[in-house]
Amino acid sequence: MEKKLPARRWIYDRGLRALLWLCGGLVCALLVFIIGYIFARGLPRITWELLSTQSSVLRGTVGILPHIASTVYIILVSMVIVLPLGVGAAIYLTEYATNRRLAGLIEFAAETLTGIPSIIYGLVGMMVFLQLMGLKAGILAGGLTLVVMILPTIIRTTQESLKTVPQSYREGALGLGAGKWHMIRTVVLPNAVDGIVTGCILAVGRIVGESAALLFTAGFGTVLYSFAQSLNNSSATLTVALYLYANERGETEIAFAIAAILMILTLIINLAAGLVGRRLKK
Amino acid sequence: MENTILSARQLNLYYGENHALKDICIQIPEHQITALIGPSGCGKSTFLRTINRMNDLIPGVKIDGSLFYRGEDIYAPGQDVTDLRRRIGMVFQKPNPFPMSIYDNVAYGPRTHGIRSKVKLDELVEESLRGAAIWDEVKDRLKKSAMGLSGGQQQRLCIARALAVKPDVLLMDESTSALDPISTSKIEDLAADLKKDYTIIMVTHNMQQAARISDKTAFFLLGELIEYGDTEQMFSMPQNKKTEDYITGRFG
Repeated sequence: MEKKLPARRWIYDRGLRALLWLCGGLVCALLVFIIGYIFARGLPRITWELLSTQSSVLRGTVGILPHIASTVYIILVSMVIVLPLGVGAAIYLTEYATNRRLAGLIEFAAETLTGIPSIIYGLVGMMVFLQLMGLKAGILAGGLTLVVMILPTIIRTTQESLKTVPQSYREGALGLGAGKWHMIRTVVLPNAVDGIVTGCILAVGRIVGESAALLFTAGFGTVLYSFAQSLNNSSATLTVALYLYANERGETEIAFAIAAILMILTLIINLAAGLVGRRLKK
Repeated sequence: MENTILSARQLNLYYGENHALKDICIQIPEHQITALIGPSGCGKSTFLRTINRMNDLIPGVKIDGSLFYRGEDIYAPGQDVTDLRRRIGMVFQKPNPFPMSIYDNVAYGPRTHGIRSKVKLDELVEESLRGAAIWDEVKDRLKKSAMGLSGGQQQRLCIARALAVKPDVLLMDESTSALDPISTSKIEDLAADLKKDYTIIMVTHNMQQAARISDKTAFFLLGELIEYGDTEQMFSMPQNKKTEDYITGRFG
């Protein structure tokens, strides 16, 4: 049974509730507006020709196939490098490192690195990979920059999932005479794989959405290359291309079409992360 | 005269500053059940875990003195720890089956030690499950997950898993403390059976259990071995006042 509240508290309660409702409503409206606006302007412009050709100044056509390819290439390059590196580092830090202070320091550094604006990775990537190591702007330099950028994330998510594997499994395996690596491979990793995979999918999401770190390192090229050629030839990914079309060529409608494609991709990636995570967990 | 399988001399163990085992001297006989009793924190589990070097996993552990298993120095510099742990198996306090099928749990050890043949594995799995008195309960669902078993069944599965690598000694670290009385009595019966083929060293909080099934009892207090002898003797006529106080329930 509800006691009747005094008038002042009733007003206060109702007022606060209205305020919170307003906050929630505003956020929803904003989201719906952004998504709706992008789809409304972008979707009509998505055609098969746009998706399957490259831009040609001679013919006056616009196509974003090179950027789709670049995006796929850069995902491949970064993931192939970052996955073994990050998972390896995480296994070392959680399972092997005996110097807890050093491990703690590395973990703290990794944590800090995740919060750095990505343009700084772009700057450092340009200095190190282009100027110091003499790479040409392209998928390799861009991919390496992204590796540095998402490495901390992969290490953190892998560590978190390794830590969820009960200590008793490790003891059980070691107690049967399993060597340490054998124990990790047969008991720890199979039970951590769902978290690792989810982390990877989210990393792919960050790669797809990244532009600032790639401006200086992967370049603005709009020509379709094979995978091998793209490594050291300037290639704009979808997000960079969006910047390009919106800012330098004034093709706002193309930019919105790319934006719509990116949103759909992000949605698919997030759904996949959830799905894979749950499937592997079962 | 019984054969000594394990002997400790002046064994000391430190967790950093904490002196957890003090000058332990003990001779443990073959094919018997030796119970380690004492209040919480007395060092009995620590001692058990020095035997198969599970303490190695804890950072900051320092050990001196000697611990010999069949004349072989367990802490010798070149000791093959994985082989030692194969010969000295362990069953833990809480059942800890791996989240795999019952079959794969039992086959884990043999596979780890290089047995690949399906026929050989099938044989070992059945033999071990029979040895742990759980075969009849699980033979129709070997491919099902071990996580679906009851606590008592899981613990017997863990015993089967330990038996599958053909150990010589079985260490049981309060292996019945997380179980109900019926499961506990099954595991006690099992231990009594197993001592024909294995040497069993068990840590227990349960005095009746020690009195019921062990041949020898060792009483630990604050890191020291206070008294060690035949179980019957110890529970009827303890030599040391502290032992008497403990087993009569005056502290602990």
